[in-house]
Amino acid sequence: METGTSRVKRGMAEMQKGGVIMDVMNAEQAKVAEAAGATAVMALERVPSDIRAAGGVARMADPTIVEEVMKVVSIPVMAKARIGHYVEAKVLESMGVDYIDESEVLTPADEVFHISKNEFTIPFVCGAKDLGEALRRIQEGAAMLRTKGEPGTGNIVEAVRHLRLINGQIRKVQGLSKDELYHEAKLLGVPYELLLNVHETGKLPVVNFAAGGVATPSDAALMMHLGADGVFVGSGIFKSDSPEKFARAIVEATTHYQDYKLIAEVSKNLGTPMKGIEISKLEAAQRMQDRGI
Amino acid sequence: MKIGVLALQGAVAEHIRSLESAGAEAVAVKRVEQLDELQGLVIPGGESTTIGKLMRKYGFMDALRDFSEQGKPLFGTCAGLIVLADHIEGQEEAHLRVMDMTVARNAFGRQRESFETDLQVKGIEEPVRAVFIRAPLIKKVGPEVDVLSTYNDEIVTARQGHLLAVSYHPELTDDYSLHSYFVDMVKEAAASKA
Repeated sequence: METGTSRVKRGMAEMQKGGVIMDVMNAEQAKVAEAAGATAVMALERVPSDIRAAGGVARMADPTIVEEVMKVVSIPVMAKARIGHYVEAKVLESMGVDYIDESEVLTPADEVFHISKNEFTIPFVCGAKDLGEALRRIQEGAAMLRTKGEPGTGNIVEAVRHLRLINGQIRKVQGLSKDELYHEAKLLGVPYELLLNVHETGKLPVVNFAAGGVATPSDAALMMHLGADGVFVGSGIFKSDSPEKFARAIVEATTHYQDYKLIAEVSKNLGTPMKGIEISKLEAAQRMQDRGI
Repeated sequence: MKIGVLALQGAVAEHIRSLESAGAEAVAVKRVEQLDELQGLVIPGGESTTIGKLMRKYGFMDALRDFSEQGKPLFGTCAGLIVLADHIEGQEEAHLRVMDMTVARNAFGRQRESFETDLQVKGIEEPVRAVFIRAPLIKKVGPEVDVLSTYNDEIVTARQGHLLAVSYHPELTDDYSLHSYFVDMVKEAAASKA
């Protein structure tokens, strides 16, 4: 009997496919998310848009919030640790959190090194905006990836950019010859073996979700259309007018992302989605996606 | 012979690959209308609460009970096993309620307790590599149910006529012996009807 194997960690993410993982800030929101059909919840002290508004240093949530959420739902509970913050991750693991997001939404604790995730029993998800970041995170032990997007903006454009870029890079790698692959590995800053695997299979070796800017059912369906395995929704649900309706509608649109009539139906009378931010209005220091490459 | 994989949420592509390796034609199923052309169906791993909700929403409950009553085989893995069960411990409402068993969700604990191991399954020669992820257990079975394997004295594989249920994820390995076993069940069911 073996725990914490790569198959067990990556397999857990496989079970989330086609699903929606929702950010929640308390037990009550966690119950709303579960009732709406979320496949997991991310327990947080503040959703990204509030973190953005508050400024200052964003850290791991108070363990009380995480415990409270773990108590009330039967679906998996994820929580965020700062990039490079080994101890926050160990604390979350000790509490029995099911998945850790080593996340750029929080203020990085280390500007050079990510957590060595292979030595943990529980799996990690990490953000990536291109193939190089994606494969570096996998090498460090991430068992699941997500686009970084631009969290807390309600603007899907960055998540689209990241997913399109990764998919385009995968297609390019597929067409390279062996000698070109050595060079490409060097350019991307990734291990040759991982790049060879992408070359041979035409896909990433772990599940890749969309995240960072999903605000409507159509946004979720767009990301599925572009090849995401599932969707994270951060501020999009509990910063909207009617979280329950938004949550249910996003779950349905993710499952039936090619059924446009159905998406029209679930999008009716949802009320106002979260207020969005135009990306070009963000100052360099406000761009979370540039953290932890 | 065409076998469907219920594709509302979960590990669908892996089951399709394993079924194809076992020699069947496999399709992802999102709508009840697709069930008519199928001889068998896999209910995959995923989150059982999500899958159950979407099944209710899109009319799969009645449609799949009907499918089962026609004697067409169903194979539930992990969340799929929970969906098949008559009773779920600690929950008033079960899902399909076609298989005479009581199951416990997340019976091994949280993700850090998830594991893989070799398992001897009755009717399959070589041990099966079984990946348990926040896995359920079968706590009680009715007289019509055959126990095909146990782990630490708890039931993890069971069959009731045309219904097959496993706690773990055969679709996450390259070993498709359980899928072959199910494909044989589907062949038998189709032959007995012809």
